[in-house]
Amino acid sequence: MRLAKLTVVVSVTALSLSAGACSSSGGSSSDASRGADAKTISLSIASNAIAGGKNDQEAKWMADYVIPTFTKAMKAKGVTATVKFQPSGVDDEKYKAKVSLDLKTRSGADVVALDGIWVGEFAQAGYIQPLDKVVGASTAQWDGWSQIPKPVQANTSFEGKAYGIPTGTDGRVLYYNKKLFAKAGLPADWAPKSWADILAAGTALKKLPGIDPLQINAGTAMGEATTMQGVLPLLAGTGTEIYKDGKWQGNTQQVRDVLSFYRDIYSAGLGNPAFQQAAKGRDESFAAFAAGKVGVLLEGDYFWRSVINPKGGDAPMASRDTDVGYTLIPSQKPGSGIRGQDFVSMSGGSGYFLNPNTKFPAQAWELLTLMSSPDALKALLNGAARITDRTDVNKEVLAGDPMLSLVSEKVLPLTAYRPGEAVYPQVSAALQQATADIVSGKSAADAGAAYQKALEKAVGADKVSGS
Amino acid sequence: MAARSADVTDAAGLGRVRATAFVVPALLLVGAFLVFPALWTLYLGVTDYRLTGLAAANPQFVGLQNYVTAIGDSQFRNALWLTILFVLGSAIIGQSFMGFGIAWTVRSVPRLVRGVIETLVLLAWILPSSVVAFLWIAYLGRGDGTLNTLLQTQGTDWLLAHPMQSIIVFNTWRGTAFSMLLFSAALNAVPPSQLETARLAGASTLQQFRDVVFPHIRGHVLTNTLLISLWTFNDFSPYLLTAGGPNHASETLPVYIYNSALYGGQLGYGSAISLIMLVINLVIALFYLRLLKERRT
Repeated sequence: MRLAKLTVVVSVTALSLSAGACSSSGGSSSDASRGADAKTISLSIASNAIAGGKNDQEAKWMADYVIPTFTKAMKAKGVTATVKFQPSGVDDEKYKAKVSLDLKTRSGADVVALDGIWVGEFAQAGYIQPLDKVVGASTAQWDGWSQIPKPVQANTSFEGKAYGIPTGTDGRVLYYNKKLFAKAGLPADWAPKSWADILAAGTALKKLPGIDPLQINAGTAMGEATTMQGVLPLLAGTGTEIYKDGKWQGNTQQVRDVLSFYRDIYSAGLGNPAFQQAAKGRDESFAAFAAGKVGVLLEGDYFWRSVINPKGGDAPMASRDTDVGYTLIPSQKPGSGIRGQDFVSMSGGSGYFLNPNTKFPAQAWELLTLMSSPDALKALLNGAARITDRTDVNKEVLAGDPMLSLVSEKVLPLTAYRPGEAVYPQVSAALQQATADIVSGKSAADAGAAYQKALEKAVGADKVSGS
Repeated sequence: MAARSADVTDAAGLGRVRATAFVVPALLLVGAFLVFPALWTLYLGVTDYRLTGLAAANPQFVGLQNYVTAIGDSQFRNALWLTILFVLGSAIIGQSFMGFGIAWTVRSVPRLVRGVIETLVLLAWILPSSVVAFLWIAYLGRGDGTLNTLLQTQGTDWLLAHPMQSIIVFNTWRGTAFSMLLFSAALNAVPPSQLETARLAGASTLQQFRDVVFPHIRGHVLTNTLLISLWTFNDFSPYLLTAGGPNHASETLPVYIYNSALYGGQLGYGSAISLIMLVINLVIALFYLRLLKERRT
């Protein structure tokens, strides 16, 4: 009896181990010419966009322009193409987890939208591969490359190789509600020149009942939105970037200054901790701003054209053009910003990438270049304005939009980009946790010390500057 | 004692080969979905495997480093403590007492009322987690949540102000059905004649409970407590309400594992903590089984 039981256990274990070993091995087919002559193809596109929800414009563009145009172009060559769009409408981090798992299991869509900051870690994990490896050397001949500025191309590259085509870039500014400002006795053409000016405006707004004066993202619930629309622009205002000379900023004076600024906001009650801690706090802060309950909010141009846009925004504000002002983000003091600037900003951007396990690399590349052609970009904008990746399109479409012209002409020259290091997301998580500590009451010194420890654990003590 | 094993075990007359053939499909499923993932988790726990980055393509063997980090990690200790509170509050105290209370009370109400109550309690248990979570978020919401409207306390965000209490109440409400069913069955086994005798002898309700009912259901109490403790310890649904609460205030162990393994991308570390959870579950189970054995003998 005993022997029989033992045999059963051993054989089950052996069976499952061998089954597991079989499935985890197996290389990817790296022949770039596979499927080139197929007469029937099927492709899919995945992006964090969904009709009626997040990035609704992009989702509609997929259905109304990209898929019909591509299918028609393929038909003219005698190829029957079926293109599907895989929508998602979730927080960026959740979308990133979904896409990582898809690419890891060698499934997932053929064309995948990714944030530029994820390129490093995805490339190192082998989830995406350089375009010339997936499709071939012909990708370097695409005429669109000459229209995309080098810093924007860097967003979708890693170690000098292009992995995808960028979809554009953006810039961050301070938005403010002109009506609330008038009630608080602040000027309608507010132009803060230092952090002290921001705090002064917040103190004046505090007198208004039921209003949250300042919304500068903090906490871990908002993920990368805390780092990009909170910590990094402030840090740039103290004169340093997060990654300098091969080292990450630890508990340095500049980082402590940023944390002290957060402490000033939250100890004086100038910010609403609920937005920073609730699971859907970012969306709630947007809705509150649209309802006229927030005085100042730091966000990218995404906020102007996709969130409070009266035509189809997530939290549309009918009086956006008359009631919402925007101004450049000031440095800590005039001249204390990076490169000695008085004003600073941060830029990011995403791109469309090819799945290295696609069955039709050549056709997927055609789809990708179609999506980045001038006509496609103009169709996506549909008369609205947005900073695309191509300078030829930007010249045409931004002429009529003062806010985006400001970003394109005044903000982009002063902006900074996040470092394309694979370990950046862990640094970002440590920064978010530091701000979360401030919101829950820790002092800047304590939060800074805890941040230093977390950073050393993530990147190694030799890569951290600061005490 | 036992007859020769060959005569006793081959009751269906299948013979060794055919019997094995019958059993292999089920064993394959068990192997694929239980044994392999468990062994794979054991392996991942000793590597620095991540969801993205270099360590995803090339995981390195790190020995017991993950376990050492976990024990020294204050967030892990916080998650462990919160899980103990969660199990104590919602399972051992909440569900047991509520379940027993309902089972005891409905014994003496009209059939129809009993049916309605039991159906409602069961509904809370069998509805899908995401539906139930959404209902509770609407109930405890800040702006126009139902609770705020009932108590006239507009503006209180219950999930942010009292995260642990919220998830304990939620889980008590959710899982009471099992305890209620189990205690219903257990109370039916109490001989009514003994209760009658006790009542005639002038015993109060409390004395009846202590001296007549409790000795009969002692074993059931232990079984029930063991099962719901284990289930609650491993329960992930607090994530649906608070996602770990404001700044880790309601981050029980399953939520902590999800946050660090999938959100934070540290699959190796998450696997190590999963194994620690498994060991804790075994310890709890052994402890209860010990108590059960002592009662029996």
